This record gives sequence, structure tokens and C-alpha cells, in this order.
Amino acid sequence: MDFPYNTYSMTSPATPSKAAKKSCGCCIPLLSSPIGRKWIVAITGIVLILFVIGHLLGNLSIFVGPDAMNSYAAFLKSTGELLWVVRIVLLTCVVLHIWFTITLWRENLSARPQKYAVKNDLGTTVYARLMRISGLTVLAFVLYHLAQFTWQAFNPEYKTWIDAQGRHDVYRMVVTAFECPLVSGFYILAVGLLGMHLSHGIASLFQTLGLTTEKLRPVFERGGLLIAWIIFLGFASIPTAVLLGLVKCSASVPSCPFSH
Amino acid sequence: MILDAKIPEGPIEKKWTSFKNNAKLISPANKRKFKVIVVGTGLAGSSASATLAELGYEVETFCFHDSPRRAHSIAAQGGINAAKNYQNDGDSVWRLFYDTIKGGDFRAREANVYRLAEVSGTIIDQCVSQGVPFAREYGGELTNRSFGGAQVSRTFYAKGQTGQQLLLGAYSALSAQIGLGRVKMHENSEMLDLVLVDGHAKGIVTRDLVTGEIKTHAADTVLLCTGGYSNVYYLSTNARGSNVTATWRAYKRGAAFANPCYTQIHPTCIPVAGEYQSKLTLMSESLRNDGRVWVPKAKGDTRNPRDIPEGERDYYLERKYPSYGNLAPRDIASRSAKEVCDEGRGVGPGGLGVYLDFSAAIARLGEKTIRERYGNLFEMYGNITGENAYERPMRIYPAVHYTMGGLWVDYNLMSTIPGLHVLGEANFSDHGANRLGASALMQGLSDGYFVIPNTLGEYLSTQFGKKVSTDMPEFKKTETEARAFVEKLLAVKGNVPVDEFHRQLGLIIWDECGMARSEAGLKKAIADVRALRERFWKEVAIPGTGAELNQSLERAGRVADFLEFGELMCIDALTREESCGGHFRVEHQTPEGEALRHDDRFAEVYAWMFQGEETAPELVREPLNYEAVHLATRSYK
Amino acid sequence: MSTMNFHLRLWKQKSAADKGEFIKIHATEIPSECSFLEMLDIVNNRLTREGKEPVSFASDCREGICGTCHMVINGVPQGPGRGAACQVYMRKFENGQTITVEPFRVGAFPIVKDLVVNRGAYDRIIRSGGFISEHTGGAPDASTSLIPKPVADAAMDAAACIGCGACAAACPNSSPMLFVGAKVTHLGLLPQGQAERKSRARNMVRTMQEEGFGNCSNYYACEAVCPANVPASVIAMLNREYIRGEVSQTVGAID
Repeated sequence: MDFPYNTYSMTSPATPSKAAKKSCGCCIPLLSSPIGRKWIVAITGIVLILFVIGHLLGNLSIFVGPDAMNSYAAFLKSTGELLWVVRIVLLTCVVLHIWFTITLWRENLSARPQKYAVKNDLGTTVYARLMRISGLTVLAFVLYHLAQFTWQAFNPEYKTWIDAQGRHDVYRMVVTAFECPLVSGFYILAVGLLGMHLSHGIASLFQTLGLTTEKLRPVFERGGLLIAWIIFLGFASIPTAVLLGLVKCSASVPSCPFSH
Repeated sequence: MILDAKIPEGPIEKKWTSFKNNAKLISPANKRKFKVIVVGTGLAGSSASATLAELGYEVETFCFHDSPRRAHSIAAQGGINAAKNYQNDGDSVWRLFYDTIKGGDFRAREANVYRLAEVSGTIIDQCVSQGVPFAREYGGELTNRSFGGAQVSRTFYAKGQTGQQLLLGAYSALSAQIGLGRVKMHENSEMLDLVLVDGHAKGIVTRDLVTGEIKTHAADTVLLCTGGYSNVYYLSTNARGSNVTATWRAYKRGAAFANPCYTQIHPTCIPVAGEYQSKLTLMSESLRNDGRVWVPKAKGDTRNPRDIPEGERDYYLERKYPSYGNLAPRDIASRSAKEVCDEGRGVGPGGLGVYLDFSAAIARLGEKTIRERYGNLFEMYGNITGENAYERPMRIYPAVHYTMGGLWVDYNLMSTIPGLHVLGEANFSDHGANRLGASALMQGLSDGYFVIPNTLGEYLSTQFGKKVSTDMPEFKKTETEARAFVEKLLAVKGNVPVDEFHRQLGLIIWDECGMARSEAGLKKAIADVRALRERFWKEVAIPGTGAELNQSLERAGRVADFLEFGELMCIDALTREESCGGHFRVEHQTPEGEALRHDDRFAEVYAWMFQGEETAPELVREPLNYEAVHLATRSYK
Repeated sequence: MSTMNFHLRLWKQKSAADKGEFIKIHATEIPSECSFLEMLDIVNNRLTREGKEPVSFASDCREGICGTCHMVINGVPQGPGRGAACQVYMRKFENGQTITVEPFRVGAFPIVKDLVVNRGAYDRIIRSGGFISEHTGGAPDASTSLIPKPVADAAMDAAACIGCGACAAACPNSSPMLFVGAKVTHLGLLPQGQAERKSRARNMVRTMQEEGFGNCSNYYACEAVCPANVPASVIAMLNREYIRGEVSQTVGAID
């Protein structure tokens, strides 16, 4: 079959474009096709959303008091191998979510070699356009967040804080950290971006999984927005409460983690 | 020359069956050896290409559009007729046949029309199987609407986009065959000439509209499915690109052009708004199912239509044609609109418009139902005119829409050039002097899906061992001539844009060969067209070169052909000294102003043969013998 | 009749290999009732009279159904309002306004000349699966299968696609999934389309990828510009159909 424009084509129709060729290298069509990869992004997204919700519920124990939070933390630690299974699953999801997004993004970039002179954001939401930036910021925050509270890299003395029952004093650690406005500010900004990521992401995954109909789309869109706001407000309430002095720790010494 | 229509023997109901029983067949092994060129990808071209490829022929298809899906069949709105009688309202093959013959004012060939009615039902079956989403009832059955010129509901439709859906069905069938490698598709390829070898059509010359490359293509037979010539009027409902070039150049190679003066003026179009206008927009005839046509009784009544009381309105179609009313056939509805406007009772700018009023239907059925039936048409009307037709009656005026004339073909759809077959609107055969609504889609698909696959064997079975190739001198010679034509156009180097000539030609033809024609007017038109043609070849401006996408050059070639064709059209109109269907000669009318036929002299097809640039064409006649129906005065009263 | 004036920036590009640029034209005395393409006709005819080359743009039916016309007017593929570029009227613009007209910027639609691009990729997508294989003459009676009105209507809404390419042009990723989804939905909803249902989505998506189009990020810009009002829910249907087909193929399921 020959096509009348062959000599004129920028991306010759007969030979697949660069991006397409690369992604087709995979032996499983599901993983090389755009829709297959989007399904993986959506499914890993669901796992990560569920984690975020679970994490939020755990964190909110701070409002019950130091004992609740520390015992919740101790419980998590006590699960042993199970915790590691969960961690590996989450890590895999994060990697897949990001990896496939990047491969799709690269193809999308090469699909429009020349930009429009007049830009017009037709029908798109700001959340949708900011997905990559919000996602990358959240990733950076997650790394910082892990370094701060899980690896306690900035403040090694956190490791030595023990509460009355001999458990790790997570409550004190959190409150101490959030008493620094800089830490709280970055935290609130990051969960804000997470909220934005989810405002598009939640409704979007229903579309990707093919569950959207014309009637359901507004339901998913509003539902996604609502969940995103709940998650944002839930997470943001903790540093806000600490800064406002609603949640405090008697043992805490006001110190900024960055000062160490 | 004698025109032999090759109509099969036997009673009309048996002709097609007996033809098929006795038709020459080409065995599957031999079909592979025959190559068919199809020009055009409208309903006829797409359906023929797909079906012939399925049968095993080697098919090469050409269209000047950038995709076969763009052909102008796509713009047909209303529907497609079929004698299915799903409504149990008394329809039958005979009735569809009779309505079509009568609608054509007894100027069509009986046997062809009967065959058309006979295969109409199969077309619907085929289209439904392809996934054409025809409108349905809640229970899932196919639904029908009624159309002009019929007293039964036999029109199948897909919203107001029936042509689009039927064409996309044929396009998808064609696409499947292209995907399988059985059809070689050439987009952006305009046919410039027909190549004859020993008097047989054996190939074409094309120009690639993107690269400018001029090439020849050889085959065993050529099918022209290139549509009609409405754009000779410049302003018509046809697409801007629709043209007469393929059929005209075939005419100049020896194909007879039949009844060029038979044109259809569609009654329901949006009126012309200004001189800059590039085309006219049709509002589907289906609107006349629920809309009532009227003008004020008094001349020059410029009141808001809503303020004109019932008693001061003239529902002229209902008054003059009580049994068909607003659904009178197109030619009659158009002429009536012209009459009331000529009397000074027209509405809107320039008084060239009549009202199409939906208030009664909205009161009876509710706005929701009307919106469901015609929503997209109302929206289109609103977008173009800035008026809301739910609140204020539409203004409509007739516009050129379809051409019944075309290359003469026999029962096998073969023209007077052996091997040149002509399908769809490009041929003359089925609609006589006026086409009924929803019959064009039926004819295009009937020719492509069901007629040509059966009749092509008649010619091909005589062509074993007569292979041609583009190396033959005939091909080289025709290619050189086509190239010379393009170069001649480019060499004019005038400063008047092509559109200017086209618009002027349109005005001449519309004024003198439009809804009403007279001897003096036609004679004047012939002289004017000749003068304009002369000016064209001295003054036309075509910037750019021939070796690239050059839209001025494309248009110039088409307009050059229209400038020749327009003359033939007027000659035909002048020669046909009677009124019939869309052809209304003011000298020939009844005291009530209805068309007056002269069956004793004109129950014939007028086919014109090219005799040379400077010589008058030769008229050849095919008598129309009516065996099954009696010639009657058409009455829709 | 009133007239208007406009400052036009029109894209000129000799071929895909050349570099293009905007030319500036002061279009005066444009009838306010004319359509956008008629305005371009007037401008082109004036250029022709001055001995200059007109700006090539595609158009045919000029009633919004054939899908031939394609251009981006002030950043909007097919121009402001519903419908194709041929249905844009000058009364939508303000007198004296600057109007920028550029071609569709989609890698898979190489530029032919000026505002004209080659959208053959859409045809090739259809050829890879956008049909029901039905041999002419072998069809059962049209009344054999009953199709409930809501299903027929939904199929019709998807089938209304005019194949103009505006979806890919509007999409920040140059994704044609509204186009592909429209065809997969149209045929997938009808009983006649069931036999090839699973291979259809797979084949069409593969061709889409081979042509070098981008992927859907659920921006819905396509839906915002679609002249035929095709809803983005067809993309959801495509996503579902594709996975169904691909999974059955991968695991070797018959059904």
C-alpha cells in the first residue's frame, strides 16, 4: 500500500514514530499500548489513594492524644513482615505510576513537534494541566517526609524519644516538627498539591478504567473533588492545629529541625 | 447513431430477475485478472469499489478529496426511500416505482426505475448490517417518515444526517477493502481525462492535487461516480468542489450527455444573504412534514410573521394541492415559491423568501418532539441567519440541489463509450425530469452495491485477452493533452480570480436556465456564456505553479469545464420545447401555470454527442416507451 | 449591509519541509454577515488580483458535515462556537480584532501547504478496524434485529463524528481518542458490530499508536471543540473495549 503523501510526511505514516517504536518493544501488548499503560497508572493510583486515606485516618489519631498516636505507631511496627509487604507494594505502585506516566508523557511531547502560536486551554481544568507538576512536587515531598519522620535523618534525636509506656514518642516528634512554620508550610503546600493531583486523578481514573458515562462523569468529578478536599483538609488540619497551639506536647522543646 | 438501452425482454416485474438469470458471469479466478478504475467515492463510488473488490476484482479508486469520506453524498440530510412497507401503509415495489416515474414527470426509463424500486429494500438490509444507525422506535423497530411526492411513509433516516451515515457505511466497507489490500486508494487525485484504446475506455489521466504530478492509469473498465453539475450555478447546495470535469471530459471523448437541462431546484434552502456568499445551505425536505409553507396574502407585508393573523396568510401549497399539501414534489413547491415571490409577496431581504412555519406542529407535538426530529437543522438555521426558528418561522427559498441529467447509460450502466460505466448522480437514468426526495441516496447505493456488480460482466466478458498498459501511445497522447490543458490555464496570466468567472456564469445560468426558462432568455444565455468563456481564457488569474497544491488551478480547470457545459445545458433547454419536472419553459404552461408536457414530441431522452470545439453537438434521441404505466398529467391536487 | 475590518495573521508554509511564518493582512470592508471562510475567500481573491499567492485552506461542503475544513482560529481548532470552521460567522468577532489562523499542529498530520494538513492517519485508523465486515448481498432483513431506541440513539451520537481531526488538534497530547472512541462506540453498541468487537479496538489503538499520535490524559479539550458534539464518554467506552479485547487476546479466551 502506498500513501499519496509519503514524501511530504514529517512522521512518515509507514514507519512508526520514534516514541511509538520504543514503547512497542515490550512483549506484552498491554504494557506497550497507551491504554494498557494508563490502566496501570489508574490502578496504581487507586492503591495509592487508599494508602493516603489510611494514612490520614492514622494521623488523625493525633487529635485523640499522645497515647492513641503512639500506640497506633507501635501497632504498625509490630506487624513486622506484613509492614514490609505493604511497603514493597506501595513502592512498586509509586514506581509503576511514575514510570508509565513518564513514557506516556514522552510520547505525548513528541506527538506535537510544533506548538501553537496562540495557546488556548480548551475545556481543560487547571488540575489536569498541573498533574505532572503536582505529582512531582508530591513525590519530592514524600521523599522529604520519609526522611524526616521515617528515617529521622534530619533529627537523629527523634529516635531517642520514648514515651511513658516505653514506646517511640511519635506524637512528640510530629508536634515538635510542625511547630516550625517552615515545615508546616511545606507540608500544607504539599498536601494542597496532592489534593489538586487527586481532584483530577480520581475522576480521571474512572474514565481510564472505562466506568464513566455521560451521566456519571459529573458524579465522579464532584466526588473526586470532594474526596480531594477532605484529604487536603484532613492532612492540613494537623500542622494547622499544632501552629495554633491546639495540639501541643509538654515535653517538646521548640526547635526547628533545620537548625540541626 | 442509435442509442440501444439494452432493456431486457419480458414484463417489467421480471426484467431484472431475467437479466440476472442470463447475465454473463466472470468466474472468481478470472475476476482477479480484471482491473476496474472507479472515479469518485460518494455513495455510488464507495459502494461500487467495496463490492467489486469483495467480488475479487482488482480495484483502483480515485477521489479529489483528501479522504474518500468527504464526498458530497455526506451532506444529504433527509433520508432514503425503500419499499419495505414496515409501516403497513400499503407501500409496495410497484408504488415506489410508480411514484418515482410520476415524480420524474414521465421522463425516466421505466425498466431502470423499476429495478431501482426492486432493490431498494436490499439497500436498507445492507446498510443496517454495516451498522448504519437508522432511527428506531422505542421497541427497537426501524421507523419511517414521509417525504415529498409520496402518500406512504417509506423514508428511512438517521437524524438529519442520513447521507452522512450511509456514506460512512459505504466508506467503512471501502476502508475494509483498502485495509485488506484489495482496493488501491488514490486520494487528492483529480481525473483530467479519459483514455480510449480502440474506442474503449481503458484508463484515466489524473493530477495529484498535492504534488501536481500528472499520471495515467490503465484498467479494463472505468466507472465514473463523480456526481452532478449543480455548481454550474455557482450558488448551489453542492459542496464547493463538486464539479462536472470528469463527466464533461468523458463527453468530449465521445460519451453522450443526456438531458443536461434537467436540474432540481430544492424548495427549502436558506435564502441568499449577500454577494459574497459562497454556497447555499439546504434545510431538509423532511421539514415539510411538520412545517407549513405560507406567505402574507397582501403584497409587501413586512409585519413580524407572528403578528400576521391566520386569515391574512396564504398557505399556498395547501390551497393549490390539497391532497399533497406541503409535501408536493420539489419542482412544484419550488415553482410555487417563485410565483408568490414574483407576485411581490415574498418575505425577508429582497422579497426572495417564504415562511416555513412550525408553530402548529409545536403546538400539536410539543417543542421537545420537534427538537428531537429537527434539532440540528434548527440549530444550523440559527447559526447561519441568527434567527430562532422555534419562535419565528424559518425563511426559505429554492436553490439548485441536484441534477437529473448526466451521461447517458444503458440498462447495464454503460455509456456510449464501451467500457465506460457511469453510476449515481453522474448518469441520467432514474429520475427523469425531477427527482423525488430521498431517492438520490437510493439510486447511488443501488447502482454501486447491486446493479454494477451484476451488469459489469456484460462488458468484461468481451474483454478477455485485451490487456492495455500505460506504455501504449494512446495513454501518452492523452496525458500530453491533459498536461497541455493545465499549461494553457497557467499561461493565461490574467488578473481576475477564478471565482469571479464562476459567479458570473452562475448568475447567467440561474437567471435564464433556472426555475423558469424562455427561448429568448436561453439564446441570450448561450451568447453570454460564450462571451464569458472567451474572457476567462484571456483574463483568469492563477498564481503559483502546477507542481504544488494550487487551489486556484484546481478551480480554474473545473470552471473552464462549467463554462463549456453551461452552453450545452442551455442548448438542451432550448431544444426541449415543453415543460416537464424541473424544466419549466414559460412558453409551455397550462392556464393555471402548471408545467405542460408534450408527450407526442418529447417523451424521449435527449442525448448530446460532442462534435468538436467549434461545432454544434449532435442530438441523438432515445424514445421512452412506457409499457407498464400510462402517461398521465402529473397532478398532486 | 455593514462591513467590518480585521487584522489577520495567516500561516504561510510552502510544504512540510519548509519553515512557515505568519503573514499579516489588514482585511477591510468585510461584510458582517459573511462566514469566516467567505472572509478568507475575499482576502484570497484580493491577493490574487494583486498578483500574490493566496493562502491555501481546505473546505468543501461549507455546511459542517464533510469535515474537509480544518484550521485553528485564535487558538481554537475549528474556531469559536460549535461546528466546523465553515460554520463560523464574522459576527462572532469584534470589529478591528486581530485574528490568528494557523494549521492543526499535530505530528501525525504533516503540513501539506499553508493551513492544509494531511489527515490520512485517520483514514488508516479506520482501515485497521473501523468497520463491520458485511459482504454485499448477504445481509438479513433489516427488521431482524431489534435495537432499542436509546441504544440506536447513542450509536448515532457517536457515529456523527465528521473525521475532521479537531480532537487531536485541540488535545494537548495530540491524541485522537475521541475519534477512535466514537467509531468503537458506534459499532460496539450495535448488535451487528459484536463479531469484530474485540479485535476492532485493539487494531485501531495499535494503528493510532503507530501513526505517532499522543495518548489521552482526560483533559476533555477534544470534547470542547468537537464540531459533531461527540461526548468524551466514548473514550471511556474505548478504554473498556480495548482492555477487554487485549486481555482476551493475551489469555487466549474465546469469549
